[in-house]
Amino acid sequence: MRALIGVGLGILLLHGSGAGAAEDGVIRVGSKSFTESYILAEIAAQVIERVGEARAERRHGLGGTGITYRAIASGAIDLYPEYTGTLARIILKDPALRTPEAIRARLLASGLTTSEPLGFSNTYALAVRAETAERLGLRRISDLARHPELKAAFSSGFLEREDGWPGLTRHYGLSLAEVRVMEHALTYRAIASGDVDVMDVFSTDGQLERLRLQILQDDKRFFPDYSAVLLARRDMAERFPRTWARLREAFEGALDDQRMAKLNALADLDGKSVAEVAAAFLGTASPDPRRRPGALSEIFALTLDHLLLVLISLAAAVVLGIPMGIAAARFRRTGQIELGAIGMLQTVPALALLVFMIPLFGIGKGPALVALSLYALLPVVRSTYAGLIAIDGHLLDIAFVLGLGRLKRLVRIELPLASISIMAGIKTAAVMTVGTATLAAFIGGGGYGTLIVRGLALDDTATILAGAGPAAVMAVAFHIAFELLDRLAVPRGLRR
Amino acid sequence: MIALRGVTKRFGDRVALDAVSIDVRPATTHVLLGSSGSGKSTVLRLVLGLVEPDAGEVQVDGTPVTPSTRAELVRRMGYVVQDGGLYPHLTAYRNVTLPTEAHGWDPSRAGPRVAELGTMVGLDEETLRLYPRELSGGQRQRVGLMRALVLDPPVLLLDEPLGALDPIVRAELQGQLGRLFAALGKTVVLVTHDIREAALLGSTITLMHAGRVVQQGTFADLLERPAAPFVTQFLTAQTLAAGALGAR
Repeated sequence: MRALIGVGLGILLLHGSGAGAAEDGVIRVGSKSFTESYILAEIAAQVIERVGEARAERRHGLGGTGITYRAIASGAIDLYPEYTGTLARIILKDPALRTPEAIRARLLASGLTTSEPLGFSNTYALAVRAETAERLGLRRISDLARHPELKAAFSSGFLEREDGWPGLTRHYGLSLAEVRVMEHALTYRAIASGDVDVMDVFSTDGQLERLRLQILQDDKRFFPDYSAVLLARRDMAERFPRTWARLREAFEGALDDQRMAKLNALADLDGKSVAEVAAAFLGTASPDPRRRPGALSEIFALTLDHLLLVLISLAAAVVLGIPMGIAAARFRRTGQIELGAIGMLQTVPALALLVFMIPLFGIGKGPALVALSLYALLPVVRSTYAGLIAIDGHLLDIAFVLGLGRLKRLVRIELPLASISIMAGIKTAAVMTVGTATLAAFIGGGGYGTLIVRGLALDDTATILAGAGPAAVMAVAFHIAFELLDRLAVPRGLRR
Repeated sequence: MIALRGVTKRFGDRVALDAVSIDVRPATTHVLLGSSGSGKSTVLRLVLGLVEPDAGEVQVDGTPVTPSTRAELVRRMGYVVQDGGLYPHLTAYRNVTLPTEAHGWDPSRAGPRVAELGTMVGLDEETLRLYPRELSGGQRQRVGLMRALVLDPPVLLLDEPLGALDPIVRAELQGQLGRLFAALGKTVVLVTHDIREAALLGSTITLMHAGRVVQQGTFADLLERPAAPFVTQFLTAQTLAAGALGAR
């Protein structure tokens, strides 16, 4: 047991210390968790590998902007695809920044830089069937003013956001007869069957071409520019100048909206792996097909990974939680404060807790383990506390009279008497952690969540299930294992 | 040997003991008699240092019982409670050797001592390997007694030791305890509400009521020279009840 904890803490420290500064000869490529971001990051990783100046480490599928930006700012990753609109509005919080040059100048102080725009812009757009466009002569959004009879269906976000439909109608002076809210995936079918004429899309949507949809030109320039760029750490660009130059060469101006949409369609609709799509873009041979998502060897590796996450964070929660429970039971008044504080920690959503770890520990296993351990703490502390305060005071008095010192009383009497309760708490923590650990993938912590995040991004149910299924099995396995362990940990005299 | 001098103890608003003075002479069996709530158990807890008096003083061997002396003083005392007070997670044997373990005895020294005590109270090795819940009430009580005696302390404190037992086992153990106390020559303080037990075992009896000492003396003193009407009332209440049942 002690050795296991030692190894666990060792790994924890290793990951924690490694998060701040990039290692020599490694470029860490991050991505957000949607198809386009995966593809661009994978292309970058393959370019880095081809230049050979540095090794590429893939940190794909890192949740959203909050996570990726914190990760690059803290040096946990060196590079990831970002959009100028996001940089200006969300990261720099200055919508007035319009040009890539202005954004780049502002990022300088944070030790970051960007490439030139890659050539496409992933922004909101309105689409109509190509056939409708031809029949009515629709080419620009302002053309819609002449056809108020058209029926529109928008996703709820677009319908409510000020940079969506409300702003657009004012900007263009539009009014359509029928505007409905509709689930995005269903709207594609509705527009294909002619029930709906106008819908909101993203300009690089992989479905556009497949469904023969045409984007209406934003002639009065209402939608903000979401031009894709590579966001990179300046120290990386300086240390690997050849790689940075080659990356810019490969990307800058290489992708227009249609080309990007096609790449997205390859992954989303044709079921190609991200690695294959990237290879296709670079015109290189397809990578080893064994690395396709959900392959057995990958699930095996992820199982080990997930098990490691659960066991280490559980061990840490037990090693910390039992003494904390003892302290809470011994010092009742401060104990209430302690229990309150840990309870409050539990109310922080697990994903938010993971995100808070990034500025402190970077991304990867380290912060995931810290967050999971904190999360598993409450059941362990509470059950230890509850088990200890439930002990008959008489039995404790007798222990004093028998001459047992404080420590002996705790070890020989109190903890064994509380063991049923403590074990129940550890069991709860274990089963819970198996589930929570799937979120670790959002900050690059690995485990079954890797498949879930990837499956969500690629809208691929099979991949999601390949991650969620084994996680459920593992939770059940932990439950059974603890039922057996109960027989060892709970003294015979206490068992029912 | 054991002395309470004007001890008052309150629990919140309730006065458990009100200016109580008791003297326990060495090598005698002193019974604290009274109904529940009379304060008799509190006396034992004060002697053990488990609670502190609000006023007055408790002495053991002439040493005042205080938080700093109590750990040393309890070494001289064995403590038996109702139903044995055994630890459910330890076998009977382990329960008995807990004090020897606490005082750093070698297991090879503890073994013969347990065997000796087992013979004395009538429990064999086999029974001592069982867990408390696998024992009968009488067996648990005997294990509790063995545990209190294992370090051979000069003082033995018993709090309603036979309270949880059925009448037949109770009568049997009462006889056994009487012989044991006589043979061991220890200073014994026994708390009970049972008059028969008090008459059988006590060389001195202190009758308590509502936190006060009503009378202290031999059973004959209480019977023949009651210090207050309550004494007769208390003594006859139980014998009357027994008589009423017998008449049916």
